Parts: sequence; C-alpha cells; structure tokens
Amino acid sequence: MAVYRRNYRPYSGAQTPEWSRFLVLFRYSRRNLFRSRFLTGFFVLCFFWPIACMVWIYLAHSASFLAKLGLPPELISIDNKFFFLYMTVQGVLSFFMTAFAGPGLISPDLANGSLPLYFCRPFSRAEYVLGKSSVLGILLSQITWIPGVILFIIQASFAGASWTRDNLWIAGSLALSSLILIAILSLLSTALSAWVKWRIVAGALLVAVVPFGAGLAEAINAVLRIDAGHFFDLRYLVATVWTNLFLVDNERAVSVGQAWIAILVYGSICLWLLMRKIRAYEVIR
Amino acid sequence: MTQPGAPVSESSGSPTGAPSVPLIELNGLTVRFGNRDILHGLTASLRGRAIGLLGPNGAGKSTLINTLLGFYKPTGGSAKVFGQDIGTNLRNIRSLVGYMPENDAFISKMNAVSFVQMMGELSGLPSRVALERAHEALFYVGLAEARYRQLGTYSLGMKQLAKLAQAIVHGPKLLILDEPTNGLDPSARQRMVRMVREIRDSREMRIVLCSHLLRDVEDTCDEVLILKQGQIAHYSDLDEERRSNKRFVELEIYGANGDFTAAIEKLGCECAVTANRMKMVLADGVETRDIFRIAAEQQVRIRRLNFRRDTLEDIFLKAMES
Repeated sequence: MAVYRRNYRPYSGAQTPEWSRFLVLFRYSRRNLFRSRFLTGFFVLCFFWPIACMVWIYLAHSASFLAKLGLPPELISIDNKFFFLYMTVQGVLSFFMTAFAGPGLISPDLANGSLPLYFCRPFSRAEYVLGKSSVLGILLSQITWIPGVILFIIQASFAGASWTRDNLWIAGSLALSSLILIAILSLLSTALSAWVKWRIVAGALLVAVVPFGAGLAEAINAVLRIDAGHFFDLRYLVATVWTNLFLVDNERAVSVGQAWIAILVYGSICLWLLMRKIRAYEVIR
Repeated sequence: MTQPGAPVSESSGSPTGAPSVPLIELNGLTVRFGNRDILHGLTASLRGRAIGLLGPNGAGKSTLINTLLGFYKPTGGSAKVFGQDIGTNLRNIRSLVGYMPENDAFISKMNAVSFVQMMGELSGLPSRVALERAHEALFYVGLAEARYRQLGTYSLGMKQLAKLAQAIVHGPKLLILDEPTNGLDPSARQRMVRMVREIRDSREMRIVLCSHLLRDVEDTCDEVLILKQGQIAHYSDLDEERRSNKRFVELEIYGANGDFTAAIEKLGCECAVTANRMKMVLADGVETRDIFRIAAEQQVRIRRLNFRRDTLEDIFLKAMES
C-alpha cells in the first residue's frame, strides 16, 4: 500500500456501524491469542476427543466391526450418557483453555494503562467486556457445543429419524450446558485478569480457584456435617445442572434450582468485579 | 455504514478568528471524589483554536479533561463540548475527540501500525481506511521507520509520538493533549511542540493542551485557563495580551526635554518619564517609526526600545498570588 500523504488530513468518509465495533476488539484479541504456539497446539489437542467420539459413533453403527468383535450391537449405545461423557471431557479441556487464553485478554490492557484509549472513543465498557469475552465465547464454542452438535448430527444420520425425534433434546442440552460453561468460565477468567494485572498469576489463580473451592466445600461439609459447602464448589454446581440437562442419574446434595441460582450469583459477582475494574481511570477517594 | 458525528460550524465569528461555536462551555461544573471537591463550580466559555489548561499539580487540569471525556461524572453543573452536553451526548462528543493521555497507554505486544489501526477502527474507520491512515499518522508524527516495531520496545519519546498518532488517526475535530511533553528531552519536546503548532495552524482541528509547563502552553496556545485548587484562577486570551503588549513601549532616552514628551502626547499617547526612561502606551494608529521621527526632529537619542513582555509566567504568577 502506498502512503501518498505525509501530512495530517481530516476524515469525512463513511464509518462502520456502532454495534459492530466490539468485533474489532474480538478480531485483534483473537489474532494476538493465536500468536502463541502452545495455545494453538492445545487448541488442536482439544479436537482429539471429538474425533475419537466420531470414530466411536461410526464403529457403533458398523455391524461388521461389531460382528468381528463378537459384540451385540446394543453394547455400544450412543445415548445421553455418551454425550454427557463427551461434554465432561470437553468441559475439562475448556477449563484449561480458559486458564491459558483468558488472562491474556484484559490484564495486558490494565498493565499498560490502555483502557483510557478505548473509552475516549465511542466505545463503552460493556462493548469492551463483550468484545473480550466473545474471544473466549467463540473459542470455547469451537471445542464444546459445535463439535457436540456435529456428533449429534452424525449419530442422527446413522440412527435414523425415529432416534433423532426421540433424542432431539440432547442437542439442546449440548448447547445449553456449553453456554453455561462458557459464560461462567469467561466471566471468571476476565474478572480475575481484571483484578490481577500479571497474566501468569491470573492464569494460575484461575487454575487454583476451582480446586480450592472444591477443597473448601469438602472441608465445610466434613467439619460442619452439612451439604451447604457444595455452594463453594463451582465444578459441583455446574455438574449438578449438567446431570439434570442430560438426564443422567446421579444423586446430588444440591438441588438443580439451587445450583442454577448459585451459578447466577457467581456470574453476577464476576460481572460486578469486572465493571468495577474496567474503567478509564480509577477514582481514588 | 453511517456518516461521522455531527458537523461543527467553524465559521469565524470574532475578529481574532476564533470560531463562533464555543469549544467548551462550563456551567458551574463540580466534580467530587468522596468528600473532596476536585473541581468546584467552574464556569467558562472557551472558543480558542488552541486552549491551554494551566495550573500546579493537583489543580484539577486532568480531572477537567477526564470529565469532558466522560470518565468522571460531574456531581454538579454541566459542561458542553462543541455545544453538546457531556451528560447526554457523550458518544457523539467522543467521536469528535482525539485524546492523548498523560500516562503510558499502549499495548506492548503490538506493533505501532496494528495499534494505531485498531484505535482507528474502534473510532469507526473501516479496516482498510484505518490501515492507510495508521501509516499516514505514523509518518506524520515521525515514526515511519519504527512503525513495525513492537510498542514495548519504544523509548519514552517514541511512545509519546505513538500516543499522538492514535489520537489523530481518525481525524478528530478536537485534540486533547494531556502533558504531551512529559519526560521528553529538549529536542523531542521541541519536535512535539512544533507538531502541535502545525496541527493548530492547519486549522483542521482545535486543541486543548493541558500542561504545567508554561513554555509549552505559551508556544502553542492562544487562550489559557489557569486552574488553582479546582477553581478558575485566571482566564487569558494570549493573542489579546500579545496585541496589548505591542502597544506598551519602554524607551531609554538621552537629551530629551519637555518638548519631546509634549510632542509624543500630541499624538495621543500616554507617557510617564523617570530620569532617562520613558514608558508610553501607543495610541491607535501610532507606530514606533513615529516615535523615531519625533526623536530625530528633537535630536533625542533613543538607546533602547522595548515592548512590554508580560509573559505567561507573569500572568501565571499573578493568578497564583490572587
């Protein structure tokens, strides 16, 4: 591209629609993220399990393969438990992906004091958070519900219309369970990275906070002989909602409604922490 | 695609060439943090092409800028930029403004082109246009050779220039510069001041320059608002001051008698003589060559002729003492 002017000139051309500005942040943040070879490698690794599941679905419908092994066709069944297992593995991978990718989104802006540069433009704090969170949202979607729905479509194409009709709710459960996970992980990691300016520390904190919550929950339950400690265990709360969504039999100490409310409370706290910190300048009273 | 923010009338409405639309109007603007009043009932109407905000540290200069940009909410009063209220039209105002903050503000893992392009896109420029203008802005501020280097590797002076580039990339109508020469060595400072003057003289955008360095403001601004403890200590139209200074002449004379003074007063000038010194205020239409002519006629020797230089420092010190 030729730079033909070297003096200042005003701009009077067309502008992009205001609603689309958060996508600018998404585009640049995503590009920065994938500069890391480690993250790119891990992202690729996240597709191994969906590919394995795909092969499993194919084999489950391959009569010759089953006959060769001497197994009855009903032994390998593709049902809600199969998709629950798929989501559990991808959920763990999503957690680590968030720990690697999430803190790098906001903490550099805070460390370098670049927030005033964003907010002196026609660009709000909500758009900033949306732009940064959408990076994680898209990234985690690519490894959770999108491959999950593809697996469902493959299974539906093998199993036929009657199976699809009876199990269509599984596709909904895949999408909803993924959205819960994506929302809470995105909020948690962006909130932590907003409060901890060092990227590595923010990542380590995210990795620590979930097991710490689980440990704290066990300690409270054991010492006080109650079940309320589970409210501190985010992993347990998400699992409670998931087991309900996939209709997997599993006795839980916390009811589904309580788990939903607790997740919403955690999400709101993260959002509050985020909005307190994401400002052009901090006001020192 | 939409058209950029509302156009601003730039018609000249005053003999000094100052635009008729006030750039900034403050009506009892008060900003309070906790129990502390940072800005206390500021009222002013600023119309200059380049306005300097002066004051000692903690006077409220940066707070005023940050309030105009909507970073802080006023606790009382109101303010308008280009006639638009900061409480209701903040987004419009921001689309007309380019801001260069005082502190370090950059993204260390980005090169200057990407950084300035992204800031342009966030201001509403389409991607291709933003890229083209990012290159132009970096050429303009003098970072052409270093524009593909990561910002984290830049020197302080280069970071200041990169901040200036991001502030002008989208072609704002108002450029707000918060301590632009902070931490610069003398040659870099001169370059920055020259650039600000060039921008001012291009008449494409108006400037608000916030500084505690009197020299920077004197070199670049035509209007000055001096703040002290969150209040307006003094407002000065520097152009007007410069013009009136030109009328105030101080002479060192030898061989003068009463006739010389009478002849000068006949021209309509006010005079005061003490020993060999004579101070006078030139009447309209009287030029210094008229003084020299009379001196030659009266055989009076003029050893020295000085125009009064009531510098910004004098104005500032008076404002601080008041």
